[in-house]
Order: sequence, then C-alpha cells, then structure tokens
Amino acid sequence: MSKKTIDKLLTFGMVIAAFIVCQVMIANGAMSRSLRGQLIPICVYIVMAVSLNLTVGISGELSLGHAGFMSVGAFSGVVMAMWLKNGLGVSNTLICLSAALVTGGLFAGIAGVLIGIPVLRLRGDYLAIVTLAFGEIIRNVMNCIYISIEGSSLHFGFVNPKLPGKLLVNGPAGATGVAKMSTFVMGFVLVMITLLVVLNLIDSRSGRAIMAIRDSRIAAESVGLNVTKYKMMAFVTSAVLAGMAGALYGLNFSTITASKFKFDTSILVLVFVVLGGIGNIRGSIIAATLLTVLPELLRAFSDYRMLVYAIVLILVMLATNNPTLRTFFSGLKPGKKSSAAKEGKQ
Amino acid sequence: MSQPVRTKMVPAPSHGILPERDVNERPVLEARNLGIDFGGLHAVEDFNLIIGRTEIAGLIGPNGAGKTTVFNLLTKVYQPTMGTILINGKDTAGMDTAQASMMGIARTFQNIRLFSNMTVEDNVRIGLHNQFRYNMFSGILRLPGFWSSERRMHERSMDLLSIFDMQDMAGAIAGSLPYGAQRRLEIVRALATNPSLLLLDEPAAGMNPHETEELMDNIVRIRDRFHIAVMLIEHDMKLVMGICEGICVLNYGRIIAKGTPEEIQNNPTVIEAYLGRQKEG
Ligand SMILES: Nc1ncnc2c1ncn2[C@@H]1O[C@H](COP(=O)(O)OP(=O)(O)OP(=O)(O)O)[C@@H](O)[C@H]1O
Ligand SMILES: [Mg+2]
Repeated sequence: MSKKTIDKLLTFGMVIAAFIVCQVMIANGAMSRSLRGQLIPICVYIVMAVSLNLTVGISGELSLGHAGFMSVGAFSGVVMAMWLKNGLGVSNTLICLSAALVTGGLFAGIAGVLIGIPVLRLRGDYLAIVTLAFGEIIRNVMNCIYISIEGSSLHFGFVNPKLPGKLLVNGPAGATGVAKMSTFVMGFVLVMITLLVVLNLIDSRSGRAIMAIRDSRIAAESVGLNVTKYKMMAFVTSAVLAGMAGALYGLNFSTITASKFKFDTSILVLVFVVLGGIGNIRGSIIAATLLTVLPELLRAFSDYRMLVYAIVLILVMLATNNPTLRTFFSGLKPGKKSSAAKEGKQ
Repeated sequence: MSQPVRTKMVPAPSHGILPERDVNERPVLEARNLGIDFGGLHAVEDFNLIIGRTEIAGLIGPNGAGKTTVFNLLTKVYQPTMGTILINGKDTAGMDTAQASMMGIARTFQNIRLFSNMTVEDNVRIGLHNQFRYNMFSGILRLPGFWSSERRMHERSMDLLSIFDMQDMAGAIAGSLPYGAQRRLEIVRALATNPSLLLLDEPAAGMNPHETEELMDNIVRIRDRFHIAVMLIEHDMKLVMGICEGICVLNYGRIIAKGTPEEIQNNPTVIEAYLGRQKEG
C-alpha cells in the first residue's frame, strides 16, 4: 500500500473514530450541552476549511471570500428546505435537509463559476483582493433579497419587501422561522463526502494537474495542461462544498442573517487552513475542530481570539513574502521531507 | 566517446539543410521569418529554420543572442510579432503553449521548472496527462477508468524513468533531487508528452564532463528509440559538435550561420561572433 493510501485511510479513520466517540458520549450523557451544540458547527467548519484548503493549498490561490459561497449555500439551502416543508408539505426532514444541501452546493457552484471566470485571470494579491470584494458583494446582495412562500409557490423580491404570503427571507433581517433540520449525523456524512471528494481528487489525474499548475504554471502549460480548466475545477469544487456546508449551517439555527458570513468568517476559515498547514487536509480538520471548540471551552481565551488572528495573519503575510520563512513553513508541513525518503522504493 | 558518424546533410526545399534520411518526410518544424520585438528590442528577427523528422539540431550563440526566446516562440510562451511556425506541417498561429504541446512539441527549461513539491513519478504522470484520460468524476468515485489508466500511467512512467535509470527515485520529491537528476527528470517529463520535437535548453548546464558524456549518449538513444527530432541549446561545444547534425548560430537575434558541425567550426563569422573581431592580416 502506498504512503498516500495509508495517509488517506488515517484521515478517514480519525474522523470516523471521533464520530463514534461523540456518539457514545452523547448516548451516555457524557457530553456537555454546550459542546453538543458545537458539533454541527464543527462539521461545518471542517468542510469549510478542507474546501478552502483545496483552493489555497492545492490550487495555490489565496481566496478571501470563502464565506460568500457559504452564504449563498445557506440561503438557497434554507429556502429549498422551507419551501419543501411549508410549501409542498414534505414532512420527512431527511429529504428536506438533503435537498437543501444539494441546492446549496448547486447555487454556490454557480456563484463559483461566475466569480471564477473573471477572478482566475488574476494572480497573487489581486486575486485575494477581488475574492474579498466578491465575498462582500454576495453579502450585500443577500441583504437585499426578500423571499416569501405563498401556498406552494415562491415569490422573490429584490429591495422590495412587499411580497404575498409568509415572508421567509427578510432582507437584512435574514431568514427567520427556519426549522432546525441539521443533524450531527448529516454533518458527519457531509465531512465524509468532502474528504472523499477532496482526497480522491488530489490523488487523481485532475488533482495532479491542479497541483502542477500551482508548482509551475509555465511548465504545466508546456506539457499541455489547460490552466483555466483546472483552476476552475478546484475553485468551483471548493465553492460547491462551501455551499453545502452553508446549507447545513443555515438549517442549524432558527434565524440566519447575511452578517454571519462576513469577511471575519472567511478569515476565520483561512486561519484554520494556515494553522493546520497549507495543503494539509488532516491539519485543516484538526485546526477547525480545535479552534471551534476552544473558545467555547475557554471562554476567557475567546477575548484573545482577535489577537491570535492578527498575529497569524501577519505571519502569513511575512511567510508569503519572505523566502526564509517560506522554506521554514514548508518544512513544517508533515510528511513532506520524510515521505521522499520512505516512498523511495515502493 | 568514439568519433560520431557524420550524417550527410543535403539542401532542403526552403531555408536550409536536412539530414539526407529525412528528406522524403515532412519536416518536424519549419519556422519562416519568425520574429519578436520586446518594446523596440528585436530579440529575434528573420528566423528561418527547418528541422528533419529525426534530426538532432543545435542552436548556439553568445549569451543574450535570443536562443531561449526562440524556444519560447516555438512553444508559444511568446506570441511571435511576425512569421510562421509549422509543426508537422500545421500552422500554429493563434495557439497557446498547451495547444503547441499537443501538436507534438515538448521542452525543458534553462532554469529548471519541475513540479517541485510533487514526486518524481507524479511529474512524469503529469507529462502523460493528455494520453491517459479519465474525467474528474471517475477519479473521485474511483471508477474502473481510474484504475486502468493509473495502472498504465504507472507502467509508462517507470518505463520512461528507466531511460535515465531513475526508477528508484520514483517516490522522491522532485525538488529534493540533485541538480543533474532534476535536469534528467525534466527531459523524461517532456518525453512523456509523446512529442515529435524535443527542445532542450542547455541540458548539460551544471553537469560534470562525465555526466555530459552520458547525456550525449542518452540524447542520441532517445532520438533513436522514439524516432523524434531534438533541438538543443548548449554552450558546451563538445556536446554540440559531438551529436548535432545541423547547427544554427544566432547572434543579436539573427541567424549568422547554418550548417554541419564542420562548416560551423570553420565559419569566420561564427568565430568572430564568439571570439570578437580578429585583427586584420
Ligand atoms: N520577456 C522579455 N522581455 C524583454 N526582453 C526580453 C524578454 N525575454 C528576453 N529578452 C531579451 O531578449 C534577449 C535574448 O534573450 P534570451 O534569453 O533569448 O537569450 P539567450 O540566447 O537564451 O541567452 P543565454 O545564453 O544567456 O541563455 C536578451 O537581450 C533579453 O534581455
Ligand atoms: Mg537562454
């Protein structure tokens, strides 16, 4: 078995083991209420971090608008679920929830294509700035959308709250009266789907092409790779997964507003990715879990969270501009140097 | 190395010479009046060249003569400001680098450009990208297409790596290889694209005389085994004069001489370009 396969099994094993431990603890009443409330957000942030790592670490594009895709997924997913439930009278929450995830992924994917076309023409800092702007634009657009359900039909309004029927999405006030459909099991399933997609993609023809373009665009072109196609593939896949995470997140609360998907959220997810190791999927999972749980466990620590962000971000900026630090960081990536020696004679 | 057997070179229909054995076949490359300006600087001008199907051709010239620029033009890294490039008889106007690669042109780089965070084998597999195809979904869902293509890619990669006895390094990270091995890996990766013309930009740079001799043998063997044409830029005259059949000399972006190694060695213009103007009398 190759090192890649072992690595992958280890990642899946870790997630499955954690899931089983949580389930046992819940069954025995050994898990605190506040921690139980964190389980779904943990799953959401794992998916967010892993999917952002696909863009930042695997494809090598610094994107600062990941929360924008989460937002699109959350609103479209919530609308789909509530329309199925209240409009069409589907009583099975599993169906509503699954449909919501698919819808969230689909809409976020469409947003990914639309944003990717102009954005992926840019490089480096410009790409970061434009994705940041797009994240904010999406949030502002969400602030102006009004959707109501009347019988089995949906009504849409832009900047116009006067819609017939019962208002579901109410502009800046967001979606209200949402049925909390998300479950920890669905969160776990979504994490597994995300890992399956991302890990198998990386270890396949398309994923190799994505990483080749990251390592040397000119060399990648010289062996006949279509750069735009593979950058787009990574970007849109990442957006779809973020959209699904958004839908799960949206259906975990009775109210959801666009302000929950601000720039801060994008940065938070980026912090998970950087702390877990750029390009390191397992690291993203661990970082997302710990940093989501920690502020809950150490409430006092949460005051310093912004300070930690600031420090990390400064480090990131230094690292991307300083060759010495860059080699230092790449040396920190686990399994990089050692794998070279070990895999030598597979 | 023993004295190479000299190929007989004969005049080609247009602009130059071809190995006699390639005369009846379509040339692999034809460049006509090729030129590029960089904001007023004529980096390459009026470049005419024809390369036979199995020729080993040399492109030499002093530093800054425009040799790498010619490679960048042929591979469409730069779009020529004038002129035509025919690869296997097909005009490459309007194509990009990836399309030129699919037309059968492959290259290495003067300053090595490997996929340095990936393994040696993955570097070769990326070279095989367009020959063993399966889509993203087969890859994610591990459908049968994935397994069969990956297996064949593995076999082919190992086969290609064996040209330079590099199978043992297949799992190593490309960026961690010694310099000479990185240069060889670049050649393997280029060969993986199944080219009909292989462009090598200073393949012997940084190699010791022993490694260079081995490289010379290997270039000839690669040509014989894959039946491809090779065009190389090199400052090592022993290598150029030893294996090149036709040589083209560039100075200040213009071709100043074309011919066989003997003709080039005795060409006064070439000697002048390399050694500076000789004293009269
Ligand atoms: N992208 C570019 N923009 C502007 N000028 C360029 C560019 N690329 C090359 N040049 C110029 O074109 C000329 C030829 O450069 P080129 O790299 O082709 O030389 P070379 O023959 O490969 O030299 P060397 O033997 O040093 O590799 C040089 O004067 C160089 O400065
Ligand atoms: Mg050069």
